[in-house]
Amino acid sequence: MSRIQQRFEKLKDENRAAFVSFVMGGDPNPTASLKLLKSLPAAGVDVIEIGMPFTDPMADGPAIQLAGQRALSSGQTMAKTLKLVTDFRKDDAETPIVLMGYYNPIFSYGVDAFLKAANDAGVDGLIVVDLPPEEDAELCIPAREAGLDFIRLATPTTDDKRLEKVLTNTSGFVYYVSVNGITGVKSAEADEIDSAVARIKAKTDLPVVVGFGVKTPEQAAAIAIKADGVVVGSAIVDMIAGKLDKKGGAKVGLVKSVSTFAKSLADAVHTARGA
Amino acid sequence: MTVQEPNSFRVGPDEEGRFGQFGGRFVAETLMPLILDLEKAYAEAKVDKSFQREMENLWRYYVGRPSPLYFASRLTEKLGGAKIYLKRDELNHTGAHKINNVLGQILLARRMGKTRIIAETGAGQHGVATATVCAKFGLKCVVFMGETDVERQKPNVFRMKLLGAEIIPVTSGRGTLKDAMNEALRDWVTNVEDTFYCIGTVAGPHPYPAMVRDFQSIIGWETKSQMKHAEGRLPDTLCACIGGGSNAMGLFHPFLDDAEVKIIGVEAGGKGVDTNEHAASLTGGRPGVLHGNRTYLLQDDDGQILDAHSISAGLDYPGIGPEHSWLKEAGRVEYASVTDTEALEAFQLCCEMEGIIPALEPAHALAHVMKIAPDLPNDHLLVLNMCGRGDKDIFTVAEALGTKI
Ligand SMILES: Cc1ncc(COP(=O)(O)O)c(C=O)c1O
Repeated sequence: MSRIQQRFEKLKDENRAAFVSFVMGGDPNPTASLKLLKSLPAAGVDVIEIGMPFTDPMADGPAIQLAGQRALSSGQTMAKTLKLVTDFRKDDAETPIVLMGYYNPIFSYGVDAFLKAANDAGVDGLIVVDLPPEEDAELCIPAREAGLDFIRLATPTTDDKRLEKVLTNTSGFVYYVSVNGITGVKSAEADEIDSAVARIKAKTDLPVVVGFGVKTPEQAAAIAIKADGVVVGSAIVDMIAGKLDKKGGAKVGLVKSVSTFAKSLADAVHTARGA
Repeated sequence: MTVQEPNSFRVGPDEEGRFGQFGGRFVAETLMPLILDLEKAYAEAKVDKSFQREMENLWRYYVGRPSPLYFASRLTEKLGGAKIYLKRDELNHTGAHKINNVLGQILLARRMGKTRIIAETGAGQHGVATATVCAKFGLKCVVFMGETDVERQKPNVFRMKLLGAEIIPVTSGRGTLKDAMNEALRDWVTNVEDTFYCIGTVAGPHPYPAMVRDFQSIIGWETKSQMKHAEGRLPDTLCACIGGGSNAMGLFHPFLDDAEVKIIGVEAGGKGVDTNEHAASLTGGRPGVLHGNRTYLLQDDDGQILDAHSISAGLDYPGIGPEHSWLKEAGRVEYASVTDTEALEAFQLCCEMEGIIPALEPAHALAHVMKIAPDLPNDHLLVLNMCGRGDKDIFTVAEALGTKI
């Protein structure tokens, strides 16, 4: 059983939703980024998404765009992002790791070489924003064959007919993008989210995780009642941005502030269904 | 590498929007239903006679088509070889070929019931064309333009404002055309109900590369019949500049299966293709995925997209339409590049010899013609796509020549 599946089954037994956090690999620099990642499981993060920075993140809002730029200017590369996972895995064999980003850096690395390196590093799943089901032959199918989960996004524009297509080769979990738009800007209403989650759950047994625009423990808790997991990205990344000195270096206390914030979100998600 | 010669170079893309390995639909899920809708609407419009008629009517009475095919006698004499014809799309309303495509897309947007039009622009020519047609039809128009370009293309920014468009300066990334396109895509995923994205070149996800090419192909069809009328036969060589590649595809496409016609696309070599400052993605790039399609891109070893450079803001794009990438690998079209300096010389020569102030973009094509024409025989018919006029560029040229205006 994959780490992702194991984690969701365990959470299901405990009747609580997963808290999924997103951070950009290499933001604000490789050392601080590793430290930050290592602090997340203890803060209650159930699944970690690590962004693979890209110069042209067309589905991301300003917070994640800037995080990517910080990572790139501190010298982040695909090889370094994979190394980050390897280093994280040295003392955490359980927390699932999902790499998230855009296709070109993977295509440039070479699909087969990338899948092998990702497996070796201990990556569990991939989310590649610009690979819809129409392009499954590119990476989705090879990734599944290599034993990695390929997690797909479903959105408010995905109607019922299309949903089947979206679900066909999806594994691990389904990521429901709760708003039409880019990361970190608008937020959806909890009841709209609930009905969308129900619509997806009627068609799949995979866990349904909700993200985009979730910023506060209250919002996260409201979603966690019905959904199998909640993703917070931009709000965490913004927290990092607020803890940088003028030269872009990490201020003392960066890891502490971010993990404290992550903990408040995790607690809210974990207690949402009323223990 | 040997590439199997297809029976026809004019049948692409396939159902997946591919030209060989290039093209495709690399977009976020939110946009996928929208581009499928667009594909369907375009397929219906294409075979609808009333759509064709409406477009032809506007091309004639609003744009001023057909544009003349003009024999440039003094340029011909000066270069001393091939007979040079200029396809004068710079005479179109708004001063470039861009409006051919914009009219098609806006008519389609109206058919689809969309009320808000967004566009990206670099030099501002596509933005001006979009703002113009939106004004004509009373549609809301929002144009994304890199902050750097807003600064260097002030007259076009003001033109768009006069036409009622809202200009959004883009500060993300490095504030040029590629960033404007990212921002337009971000707007589109946010406003999926009422918004139509009017892309300015043969790039983006399928069906854009094919659709924009079809709308621009009027350039090539007219050229074919005009040349027949003037010389009784097909031209021997076609030459056009390439930013994203729409004016070039428009001229080339009707001739792709005429094997005897030599076809040359000219990329912007900036300060030289052996420097970091150029925009020649076919000459200096490699295949990658950006803005919804696979194509040749300027990128670093890690797949990060590099900034392009060209004296011409309209050529300043790190990618190229996917059909060009395919035509290059298939060997049907030859791609060359010229530098900023060579383009500037061609710009001046055109002014002095023909009384035509060209845009800096087609000045690139002319610079290449200046290299090849002298060695060609006097009965060799060469067509250069004069796809834009240079009014927008006089400030840039003055600065490059060290003149104060
Ligand atoms: C006059 C002119 N020519 C050419 C271009 C480049 O675009 P394309 O290669 O799509 O024709 C532009 C773009 O702004 C332009 O204004």
